[in-house]
Amino acid sequence: MSKTSIYHGKKFREITGRTIVYIFLIIISIIWLVPFVYLILQSFAVSYSPSQIIPQQWTFDNYINLFNDITYPFGTWYLNTLGIAIITALIQTVLTLMTSYSFSRLRFRLRKSYMKMILVIGMFPSFLGMTVNYFILQMIGLEGSIFGLILVYIAGSGMGYYVSKGFFDTIPHSLDEAAMIDGANKNTIFWKVILPLSKPIIVYTVLMSFTGPWGDYMFASYIAQGNQNLYNVAVGLQTMISKGKDTIYFPRFCAGAVFVSIGIMALFFWLQKYYVEGVTGGAVKG
Amino acid sequence: MSNLEYMSLSKPKRFLYKISSLFTKVPVSTWKGLKKLPKRLMNLLKRFFAPLGNLITWFVRGNSTTRLSYLIMGFGQMTHHQVLRGLFSLLYEIAAILFLVFIGFPSFIKLPTFGYIGETLYEIDVPPFVGYMYSDNSFNILLNSVFALVILVILVFLWYTNIRDAYELQKFKEIGRKMSDGETIRDFTGGKEYHKVLLTIPTIGIAIFTIIPLIFMVLIAFTNYNSSHFSPKELIDWVGLANFEQLLGLTGTNNGTQFSIVFGQILLWTLIRAFFATFTNYFLGMVVAIIINKKGIKLKKLRRTILITTIAVPQFVSLLLMSKVLNYDTGALNAVLRNLGIISENIRWLNDGMIVKIVIIVVNMWIGIPYTMLMCTGILMNIPDDLYESAKIDGASPYKMYMKITLPYMLFVTTPYLISSFVGNINNFNVIYLLSGGGPVFASVAGQPITANVFGAGQSDLLITWLYKMTMGQVEKDYGAGAAIGIVVFVIVSFFSLITYSRSKSIQNEEEFQ
Repeated sequence: MSKTSIYHGKKFREITGRTIVYIFLIIISIIWLVPFVYLILQSFAVSYSPSQIIPQQWTFDNYINLFNDITYPFGTWYLNTLGIAIITALIQTVLTLMTSYSFSRLRFRLRKSYMKMILVIGMFPSFLGMTVNYFILQMIGLEGSIFGLILVYIAGSGMGYYVSKGFFDTIPHSLDEAAMIDGANKNTIFWKVILPLSKPIIVYTVLMSFTGPWGDYMFASYIAQGNQNLYNVAVGLQTMISKGKDTIYFPRFCAGAVFVSIGIMALFFWLQKYYVEGVTGGAVKG
Repeated sequence: MSNLEYMSLSKPKRFLYKISSLFTKVPVSTWKGLKKLPKRLMNLLKRFFAPLGNLITWFVRGNSTTRLSYLIMGFGQMTHHQVLRGLFSLLYEIAAILFLVFIGFPSFIKLPTFGYIGETLYEIDVPPFVGYMYSDNSFNILLNSVFALVILVILVFLWYTNIRDAYELQKFKEIGRKMSDGETIRDFTGGKEYHKVLLTIPTIGIAIFTIIPLIFMVLIAFTNYNSSHFSPKELIDWVGLANFEQLLGLTGTNNGTQFSIVFGQILLWTLIRAFFATFTNYFLGMVVAIIINKKGIKLKKLRRTILITTIAVPQFVSLLLMSKVLNYDTGALNAVLRNLGIISENIRWLNDGMIVKIVIIVVNMWIGIPYTMLMCTGILMNIPDDLYESAKIDGASPYKMYMKITLPYMLFVTTPYLISSFVGNINNFNVIYLLSGGGPVFASVAGQPITANVFGAGQSDLLITWLYKMTMGQVEKDYGAGAAIGIVVFVIVSFFSLITYSRSKSIQNEEEFQ
């Protein structure tokens, strides 16, 4: 008798426990998804009205106007952002991996001091130097183009070596030694031994250096200096709904935001395995 | 207190003891660090002066080619069949000296006064024309001097290594070892000099776009570079510690005190926000991760999809959306709450000094928790299952298991992450700037209406967004005060980072993982 009651109790507890968890799951899903659903719904609204969560009249015009209206050249912003992000991602990844390989695998004088120095200068609020950066870009004639912005992003490549260095540190040294016995030099080891083993961290680095410029506001707004044709999507969309015009352009802002997010989301889903690995590993290695 | 004494305490007492020991530990370890300081400084000095000794030794023992290398960089290499290497050194020497003589030195002379003449009016009779002539551009003078300084430092470094190499080559020659350009090339493309090839481009990038601006801004903190001293129109001037005195309220005037009170409040809010943002995200993210990863819960794929979706949406999109939803009179949240009859009057989500701070922390949680959740999910899976099983056999409750197994493990593994995210939160520009814009502005401090120029400082501004307003504002700028604040941020941030750095096991024992 007592045995069955314990059994029932346990089962009962398990079921209630699970139900609570499911309810919890539903609640947090709602909290996290409702704003985005709202964003998507509003992107189809004819006009913005604060009290209507679901628009009364639906239209596709917001998406079409994004690319037709010259007051806010969203097409240009999008291409700018895409160009900046792709070029930055490619070059930055190579440079970051080169830096982290040197710090992880090569032994040279002042290596530790150099690493410490990068750590320390990384703590200075970087945009304080923007005025000087802008001036330097002026000197080399890049102040009025997106290449100036790209250069600023790329110049910081060496500072973000931590995560990939942590990864390289975990690859056994015996592999290097075996390759060395086979006559490989450090260069061959880097490209032919270490990099093929580092796919997760390569993908993670690419993803991070792609999404960084994609969502950057601070540097992009400074380099653009109010020139609409140099905006990236973050700066552009911000000007679209900044003071005074927020209600008129809100649906179009939503359409733009959906457009911006979809590409990135696809990228994340495609590469989520590597992303998760990078996030976990990066946290542990700090 | 010994271990045994500690065990005999009751639970609340243990807790109190832990808290108090935390407060006593910090001064003690700081004191210990300070005590080591003289010794460290001595070591540093020794390391600094050792090269001088070397230079003398090499000069005394070196032959004529080595001695000539003191004057002509790369001479030693070129005469010892390392032409490429020698040529590179020589070319750098020539370029650096040309720069220093024609640009660096003239700027350097003007640096104490930032030049002599700013703007002068001039007239031409034929054709009639009146214009301004700019003679000394203080900004350029300072920037050129900084460039000259960096180039000079590199020159000295290369000069030193060049002499060392020359002496080394001389020794090699004495024992009959042949050097060649082929060997140099082999060294650089995969041998013992390979790091130079890999690190050159990243180093140039860091030097030009980070270090030079950094030195420049540190120097600017001691000047009055602002809207009314804007080169090339007017000359900038050295003002000593005036900018820091302004921050600390030592200037004596009412304006000065107000400025320093505003600074104090923004600094306090920056630290409080960073603390809350870090720990709410971390602990709630961990709790949610533990709950949704409970065994037997299905829909794993769906969960992950939702998680990745929320992470993938760019932060600026979420923040701009939220700033519109929370708008006082045109925001959806107020409208919906009013329609539902929950509130009768609109709530000033982003326009009230107190509410905006809570809103910022909550929105920050909304944005940050998915990320920490994802991270914690990964780490939680690494905790060995048998720990939990044996705890279960011993009759531990889920709460106890969490306190004794999960939490210690997580904290142990993620301390570096916690501190680095605290640092990141001190400098989190986007959350504030795109959400509240720093508003509402300070109307009064300490009961007095604001008369000082505080550059539009708002009650939800962080130091970094305030700095942004100060250096990139449309109306008035003050680079001097901005740079001083930047230095304060730097000191705070580096304090926390150095704690991480000295604690982090992965940094200290790099080889451990291999």
